[in-house]
Amino acid sequence: MSAEAAWPGVVAVVLVSLATLAIGTWGLRVSRTTSDFYVASRSVRPGLNASAIGGEYLSAASFLGVAGLVLTFGADMLWYPIGWTAGYLVLLVLVAAPLRRSGAYTLPDFAEARLDSKRARGVCSLLVVTIGWLYLVPQFEGAGLTLGAALGAPAWVGPLVVGAVVVVNVSAGGMRSITFVQAFQYWLKLTALLVPLLVLLVVWVGDRGRLPAPATGDDAWSLPLGGTGVGDLYTTYSLVIATFLGTMGLPHVVVRFYTNPDGRAARRTTLVVLGLLGLFYVLPPLYGALGRAYGVSDDADTLVLDLPRLMVDGLGGDLLTALVTAGAFAAFLSTSSGLAIAVSGVLAQGATRRRPGTGEVRAFRLAAVVAVVVPLAAALALPDVNVARAVGLAFAVAASTFCPLLVLGIWWRGLTAPGAVAGLVVGGAGALAGVAWTVAHPQARTWVDVALGQPAAWTVPLAVVTMVAVSRATRDRIPRHARRFLVRLHTPEGLGLEARTGR
Amino acid sequence: MSESEGARPARVRVTGPDRRHRPRPAVRDLDDDTPLGGLYLGSLLREQRRLALRVLVALALSVGVWPLVFWLAPGLAQVRVLGAPLAWLLLGGLVYPWLVFLGWRYVRAAERTERDFAELVGEVEQ
Repeated sequence: MSAEAAWPGVVAVVLVSLATLAIGTWGLRVSRTTSDFYVASRSVRPGLNASAIGGEYLSAASFLGVAGLVLTFGADMLWYPIGWTAGYLVLLVLVAAPLRRSGAYTLPDFAEARLDSKRARGVCSLLVVTIGWLYLVPQFEGAGLTLGAALGAPAWVGPLVVGAVVVVNVSAGGMRSITFVQAFQYWLKLTALLVPLLVLLVVWVGDRGRLPAPATGDDAWSLPLGGTGVGDLYTTYSLVIATFLGTMGLPHVVVRFYTNPDGRAARRTTLVVLGLLGLFYVLPPLYGALGRAYGVSDDADTLVLDLPRLMVDGLGGDLLTALVTAGAFAAFLSTSSGLAIAVSGVLAQGATRRRPGTGEVRAFRLAAVVAVVVPLAAALALPDVNVARAVGLAFAVAASTFCPLLVLGIWWRGLTAPGAVAGLVVGGAGALAGVAWTVAHPQARTWVDVALGQPAAWTVPLAVVTMVAVSRATRDRIPRHARRFLVRLHTPEGLGLEARTGR
Repeated sequence: MSESEGARPARVRVTGPDRRHRPRPAVRDLDDDTPLGGLYLGSLLREQRRLALRVLVALALSVGVWPLVFWLAPGLAQVRVLGAPLAWLLLGGLVYPWLVFLGWRYVRAAERTERDFAELVGEVEQ
């Protein structure tokens, strides 16, 4: 790659990083208390909060991964973006308002408040860190891919730049400043995908609309479930279950719900998020289809970055590439920031509990460094994995653990601490076994590979059954305040029954 | 005129409602685990749960069945509408407005349920 072709991309990456730091620093001036750090003092309006959730949620997997998967595997892969959006509908109807009304700051807080158990809290903390790190590794790898494809930089530059910006931003401003940063980044990502796509579609029409799938021989690509085996059907449904149910268990998503002023606002925020995500997810598959039409076959993960240069010659192509590079970079920054906040929040709480007296804000800043450095090292050490698939496994773990905990905890009085812990351990172990197996055996050959490659279809029911069965067996351990807690979760605000919030 | 001055209306004593015998607010019942409070909470929970399940079933029947449908009838996916394969139109585009519509209906219904509930427990308080 010539230095001339790379400079618009370099400028774009520098601009996005500077804008992120500038907005973050501006947020620092209004961010002073612990409550600001964790949940932006619970005062974020639905429109802003929804943009921030969208900005945080649309990760490397959405921006780069989906187009690449559609390019390689065809229409089956449309289920990834559908699941990532529908997950918010499931979250909306099952947990949005009650979760906000629970008055807890994090998932471990929720578990402790609902179940009155330090052990349940500990298991949840461990899971938050696990899921957060699982999700962070592909973000860092995506950053390496992007800077490599757009600027010709070595693979370690991207992860280091993203890691550094995230640590500075998170430890400087906490949740409040991040809210503004992420709201900005949603709109940046949408623009960065939409504008080049419109140009490319015009070019495509100019080329007399070559069809995505050639008429002969390649029909399977444009059809969902082009393969006819039962395994394909299982994999698709397992993916649907993981994404539909996993969204509510992602630590960086859940923490955002505590920043809503009340339960009603939490619902309305979620509804706006549904709209924003739908708007965005129409775009990446079109990149995949265009890539197919123009005969791109390898480098699936960098398709979105390569396509503008392939279809448009000269400076125009370079500028469009710069724009998508900026969007991709925003995707890594915002998702990594959100995950780093969630993980460091849990780490900091754990540390200050062990050693009371440590300044909370200082603990949060230290935890932010740890939260970023560990997955950064993993991303640099591990060979590159498919970004969207890796994120899919994080969803499977979240769906098999936090989804049953939240749904049963919110809707069923009979949940006990032993039941919850047993379910979390069983579901988490099953899904993590799937992750480990898939890393060791990337090619699916036998039904064991298929079942473990996409484990949610059996780990979610297993976790639910375990939670219910063990809770029934330990009926005497139902927390005494369980009924009163459910009252708090479900009664609307304004009746004087809101949960008292600590801190 | 001077006659009417003598026929003043009799004095009327104006008082507020008797505060000593105010009925117990239903909100207290909710909080203190009385049988009545259990009844209130049970009805609210049942109503919201039914609403949530209705939306989830609608989601499963309208979106969740498509993998099975395309698997059972592979020919269906080849049908082209306006030049684009049906599967792409459905899974790549139309599904998103549909999800927003389901969410919008849910938010409206859930807020209505909560309003009704607030009126119910509020009425006793008057």
